[in-house]
Amino acid sequence: MSLELFNVGEPIADTTAPADVEIGERWSERKFRGRLVNPANRRKMSIIVVGTGLAGGSAAATLGEAGYKVKSFWFQDSPRRAHSVAAQGGINAAKNYRNDGDSVHRLFYDTVKGGDFRSRENNVHRLAEVSVNIIDQCVAQGVPFAREYGGLLDNRSFGGTQVSRTFYARGQTGQQLLYGAYQALERQIAAGNVEQNARTEMLDLIIVDGRARGIVARDLVTGEISTHYADAVVLATGGYSNVFYLSTNAMGSNTTAIWRAHKKGAYFANPCYTQIHPTCIPVKGDYQSKLTLMSESLRNDGRVWVPKERGDTRDPREIPEDERDYYLERLYPAFGNLVPRDIASRQAKNVCDEGRGVGPGGLGVYLDFAEAIKRLGRATVEAKYGNLFDMYAQNTGEDPYAVPMRIYPAVHYTMGGLWVDYDLQSSIPGMFVIGEANFSDHGANRLGASALMQGLADGYFVLPATITEYLADGPFEKVDDSHPAAVEALQGVQSQVQKLLSINGTRTPASFHRELGKLMWDLCGMERSEESLRKALDRIPEIRQEFWTNVKVSGDWHSFNQTLEQAGRVADFIELAELMCVDALHRNESCGGHFRAESQTPEGEALRDDENFAYVAAWEWTPENQPPVLHREALEYEYVHLAQRSYK
Amino acid sequence: MTITQGGPHSTVDQTSAKRGMNLTLRIWRQSNPSVKGKMVTYKVSDISPDMSFLEMLDVLNEQLIMQGDDPVAFDHDCREGICGMCGVMINGQAHGPQQTTTCQLHMRSFKDGDSIDIEPWRASPFPVIKDLAVDRRAFDRIIQAGGYISVPTGTAPEAHSTPVPKKDSDAAFDAATCIGCGACVAACPNASSMLFTAAKVTHLGLMPQGQPERDDRVVNMVHQQDLEGFGGCTNIGECSASCPKGISMETISRLNHDLLGALRAGARPKS
Repeated sequence: MSLELFNVGEPIADTTAPADVEIGERWSERKFRGRLVNPANRRKMSIIVVGTGLAGGSAAATLGEAGYKVKSFWFQDSPRRAHSVAAQGGINAAKNYRNDGDSVHRLFYDTVKGGDFRSRENNVHRLAEVSVNIIDQCVAQGVPFAREYGGLLDNRSFGGTQVSRTFYARGQTGQQLLYGAYQALERQIAAGNVEQNARTEMLDLIIVDGRARGIVARDLVTGEISTHYADAVVLATGGYSNVFYLSTNAMGSNTTAIWRAHKKGAYFANPCYTQIHPTCIPVKGDYQSKLTLMSESLRNDGRVWVPKERGDTRDPREIPEDERDYYLERLYPAFGNLVPRDIASRQAKNVCDEGRGVGPGGLGVYLDFAEAIKRLGRATVEAKYGNLFDMYAQNTGEDPYAVPMRIYPAVHYTMGGLWVDYDLQSSIPGMFVIGEANFSDHGANRLGASALMQGLADGYFVLPATITEYLADGPFEKVDDSHPAAVEALQGVQSQVQKLLSINGTRTPASFHRELGKLMWDLCGMERSEESLRKALDRIPEIRQEFWTNVKVSGDWHSFNQTLEQAGRVADFIELAELMCVDALHRNESCGGHFRAESQTPEGEALRDDENFAYVAAWEWTPENQPPVLHREALEYEYVHLAQRSYK
Repeated sequence: MTITQGGPHSTVDQTSAKRGMNLTLRIWRQSNPSVKGKMVTYKVSDISPDMSFLEMLDVLNEQLIMQGDDPVAFDHDCREGICGMCGVMINGQAHGPQQTTTCQLHMRSFKDGDSIDIEPWRASPFPVIKDLAVDRRAFDRIIQAGGYISVPTGTAPEAHSTPVPKKDSDAAFDAATCIGCGACVAACPNASSMLFTAAKVTHLGLMPQGQPERDDRVVNMVHQQDLEGFGGCTNIGECSASCPKGISMETISRLNHDLLGALRAGARPKS
């Protein structure tokens, strides 16, 4: 690999998980060994939590209950809007309520395997352990999970597993779980334990004497840029799928908080691991602003197919059975339509590349419920998936009960994120990163219904238990605006905002975002190659250059200015895109969602290179025009043996 | 503007899809809460029927930015009908002519040459921030008053220790789907928040876990909505008719039933 792309730094390792005991004992041992903070001292300590999704909302509520002074920040009007609300399908837990052979160990095993052996065993095992507590907690909060007639909780199956361990609330599981966390958070706000900062966006991290001690944030209504201080900072700001412009993320979802923390020294791990979700509504036109996901749960009953013949434009209902190719059932008889997301997506791309795609531009495959409606009756299908069918009808103007849905893969989730140790602490002491914003649990591919599990595991159970070890040394010396680090961070944000407003060029922030997104989708999307990535790396610096000389942002900074918000986020996406491509180029293997054209089996499956790439790539930021520094964290598999994934 | 052709089974009228629509928009412009707002007229052309309503506004805003004008401020986030962030009055109807969120309304609901009035939610507890964006924090304060079950993290019993009858759980779910968008308030001639409050009272009141705080919850939430300045409910039903999640008027009956019971049992709002 050429030297100009990156430099290699010292290897890193997680030293906080107790490696001297068996994996099943490590989490309880860690909790026992970690120092505690007594209730009287908790009142003297403050914690900033940025983001109010499942991770941030549950963390802020739990830390407030524990007695810390919590300062919560979110950019929407209400914490209930965080994009966790849109998660549809469900949440995994190793309850074994179906008596189908599930266990903590099996959930652990499935998740490590599903992540294509690129996640950390210790973290994944802990996730599987606390999964059962999450369901208890949420049920006690009144989350209306789906139930059986006997009054007990129902389950369904998700991709990459052969047990039924997914708990769900119709197609709105994320919404219901988020409202549980939101209500717990509002209760703490009412109790005075959590300070609320609505419509406020974090724009920089303040580091004092090597510790994360605060943030610079902009009030999006008044435009005021202000500083906030605490003894520790928690980032729960979600993933960065919107680097692709079109994704299933909310329009406001952005990388700004984690990217600016990265530029202050936090390592960014595995940025190239992105998840392309197989079941989304296909793109309709250039004006498209976002993509809409149809839950993976649909693959429980829906059958995926394309015509056997290329360019078959017949109405799908008129294509006889023997002229259809149910390609997932054909290629993967053991898992069928329930193969993991990365595989389902890539096979959809393959059949479309062969010219057998359906709908506009041939970029779609059928997801057909005709057989399920015949077998179960329309009423049952409606009860299970009604809101998803409505959503599809609303979006496309077509009736999915009558004609098969058309679906196509879209960017949905990012497994990469800021590097954290077992305690969820980043490489900056005092800065913790939870939920999708960190990299820790999903390796190179996340299994369905595991994002909600990880967000709530981190927020309710892991962070509140591990942060005490750090805070046991606090409270730390008071910091105020006169500190040089605070002055520097504040001025940096102010000058960037003023610069964005002063360029007054000829292109809107959205036009740069669309251009960047298309480039990333084409060159660093479902399939990447050295050629495509080098092309992207040639082009991205030019986009950045043009952005900073030709963007047009109207209005001023001291008012409600949505164009200015967007411009700042696009600027960060452009920088992140470059690091993603460097990471994707350096990882000359295929694993999970990262598919390098050069590295595949004769059957076209992802081919890992464990000898050379069984590590986490943690990137250190370097000042402009210097290549980033790669720190490797070796991945060792003591309990799940490295093997080629097979779902056949 | 490029228009993508519909698929083989598309129901979109191909001729109008290719032509695109020309529309006249009359939009409420108000630069901040302290100044008077007014309706301003804009023209947009070549609008595809497959666009969402908000994508149509994106097109307008791109034009405005390039002309050096202030783009129209409007709240939005998920654009898939679940976050509750978007919401405007469209030709006098909350979220427009269909019972859905503004982001899920598509331009196929309009026709070439239409004139569309776009205004913010109108209710004094939802003050305008700018143009079409309003402040709905009053809803959060109603939740703070009691819209929760007090169960600190780590204190929960095993999930299967309390079976919940499926019909109760399903009905609770129906009420719990409220996204807090505020359409109910905007549609109500009294600017009442009753449907929002009743949805939460119903959701939690139907679950066994919600019983211990049931009386205090309803009394305090109703008290808070009065303090916020929302109007009283006179059973008109505009709220439910405009609710994108179809929250039913039955929730309001349930709230009134619970409120009466709670007051008779001696529950009183916290000061």
